[in-house]
Amino acid sequence: MTGYLIRRVLQSIVVLFLVTVIVFILLHLLPGGPARAILGTRATPAQIALFNKQNGYDLPWPAQYGVWINQLIRGNFGFSIKLNQSVASLIANRLPKTLVLTVLSTVIAVIVAVPLGVLQAARRNKPSDYVLTGASFIFYSTPTFFLGLLLIIWFAIGLGWFPPEAPQGSTFLQILEDPKGLVLPVATLTLVTVALFSRYARSSIMDNLVEDYVRTARAKGAGEGRVMFKHVLRNALIPIATLLGLSLPGIFSGTLITESVFNYPGMGLLFWNSTQDQDYPVLLGFTLIVGVATVVGSLLADIAYAVLDPRVRYVLT
Amino acid sequence: MTLSNYEAAQTEPANVPLTLESGKPVGLLRRGVEVFAENKLALAGVAVIVVFLLFCFIGPLFYHTDQIHTNLLNVTMRPGGAHPLGTDGSGYDQLGRLMVGGQTSLEVGIAAAVLATFFGTLWGAISGYLGGWIDAIMMRIVDGLLAIPALFLLLFLATIVTTSKTILIVVIALVSWLGTARLVRGESLSLRVREYVQAVKVMGGGGTRAVLRHIAPNAVGTIMVNATFQVADAILTVAALGYLGLSIPPPATDWGGMLSTGLQYAAVGYWWLIYPPGIAIVLVVVAFNFIGDAMRDAFEVRLQRR
Repeated sequence: MTGYLIRRVLQSIVVLFLVTVIVFILLHLLPGGPARAILGTRATPAQIALFNKQNGYDLPWPAQYGVWINQLIRGNFGFSIKLNQSVASLIANRLPKTLVLTVLSTVIAVIVAVPLGVLQAARRNKPSDYVLTGASFIFYSTPTFFLGLLLIIWFAIGLGWFPPEAPQGSTFLQILEDPKGLVLPVATLTLVTVALFSRYARSSIMDNLVEDYVRTARAKGAGEGRVMFKHVLRNALIPIATLLGLSLPGIFSGTLITESVFNYPGMGLLFWNSTQDQDYPVLLGFTLIVGVATVVGSLLADIAYAVLDPRVRYVLT
Repeated sequence: MTLSNYEAAQTEPANVPLTLESGKPVGLLRRGVEVFAENKLALAGVAVIVVFLLFCFIGPLFYHTDQIHTNLLNVTMRPGGAHPLGTDGSGYDQLGRLMVGGQTSLEVGIAAAVLATFFGTLWGAISGYLGGWIDAIMMRIVDGLLAIPALFLLLFLATIVTTSKTILIVVIALVSWLGTARLVRGESLSLRVREYVQAVKVMGGGGTRAVLRHIAPNAVGTIMVNATFQVADAILTVAALGYLGLSIPPPATDWGGMLSTGLQYAAVGYWWLIYPPGIAIVLVVVAFNFIGDAMRDAFEVRLQRR
């Protein structure tokens, strides 16, 4: 167990290092180099030279990377000239709002998807299974922005139940003050995620239903309900932990789209606006933060997996 | 967002030989045909894709519309008369635009998926076959790239380059080969120690022969299933980029771009600008997912016995 954890943590550190290398490469892919991209097209050669000197861009590549990483560790993610704000403060302001959206929708998705998976596995190859499978395929195959807009057209414009725009508070507490505005964005993200999770839950439960311990439980006279909820579900749910870790990048991508559909003032919307403005410090800082969040998230998911499932511990050590 | 990545994460290679009850091995092709014939959803999927391919690529030969010049006298006309699906905000005939847009979506989606599958297969096969620290490094690179959400990477790349069909294909392939690489690596790791591969080595066969003649053919099923899901994902990605305004420049368009312009008219209820491209995307993506699902059943006996 400890050996596995140590190995897994070391692996994550390597991946984190690679994430920073990838972002560092992106930084140098910028048109005209980082100085030109950050100072703009009207910067004079003298300004560019000064910028390069100040930020260490005149050093050889490995040294540049060192300078850059050193800045990152001190919390200096760069400065957005276009927004006149440091990227770190932008992240501090936007990340909690995005987390409201992602955490809410992921939690709801798990709560909805697991019973659906149970139902489908219990009634496999019966009409209700087919209907739910078909529905999850359709939701999964619908572009997130199309789904969001359909919800706006039907429930905001048509029925007028919810506002078409997300709450516009400047802090994340202000966002929570307007729960009605959160309904449609959260619903959009939830529907897409439920489609994936319920399919996964279904196949995970069905994998477990053919195991020997299920036969043992039945032989002891346990009813189908008891077999499902006391025996199978506990085993089948553990892989969901890994799935959660793995879905993080997808959820972040989905959040980006959802935020731009509902004008939700989170990281995704700012990221998209920054691509329009070519505000590279913001783009790089956010890419890095999202990458780090994903690595840490998958690590936590894997640790949870190992803690929850003794068999994993046994196999891996 | 990508089903293919989940596939990569959860698939354990099936260690059961492909045999029928009589014990006689059957060809992958025959088994595939059998499963498809039984699986009505997969048949429906194939039908949908054939219809859309005909509609997008053959349709314009019979239904002539001007998709180059805007016509500001004809904007947002209701369906009917000369325009069965009305016209959009620039005066383009919506039905004709659906065909042209579909060409981009399908071409880019399929080409990106093929490119991603090819590169991912190569990367995964090499990584799995070589093993050791080369494998470790190659897979950590995949992990690092997977950690950054594809859409963030795509948007970033799209700000650096001017988009064209080719660029779109390359950029989408660049962020989608990772799942395939993981999957194929897993497959080649498990195939490498199988008896028949060992036998090749004992008989003096080289590494290239083992990979090309024995490992690759046995991984084909997995790769094809993955490729099908890749197409579905790539079409969704093209649509998402189109929505975010990063598709190819006008007058060319794709279904995502059409939706994005149509959505400006959501509040005034011009449904013909929204539903046709939206439903087209959903139908095609569902169809590819159905086919992928059926193919997985065809290739994996482990799942079939249930």
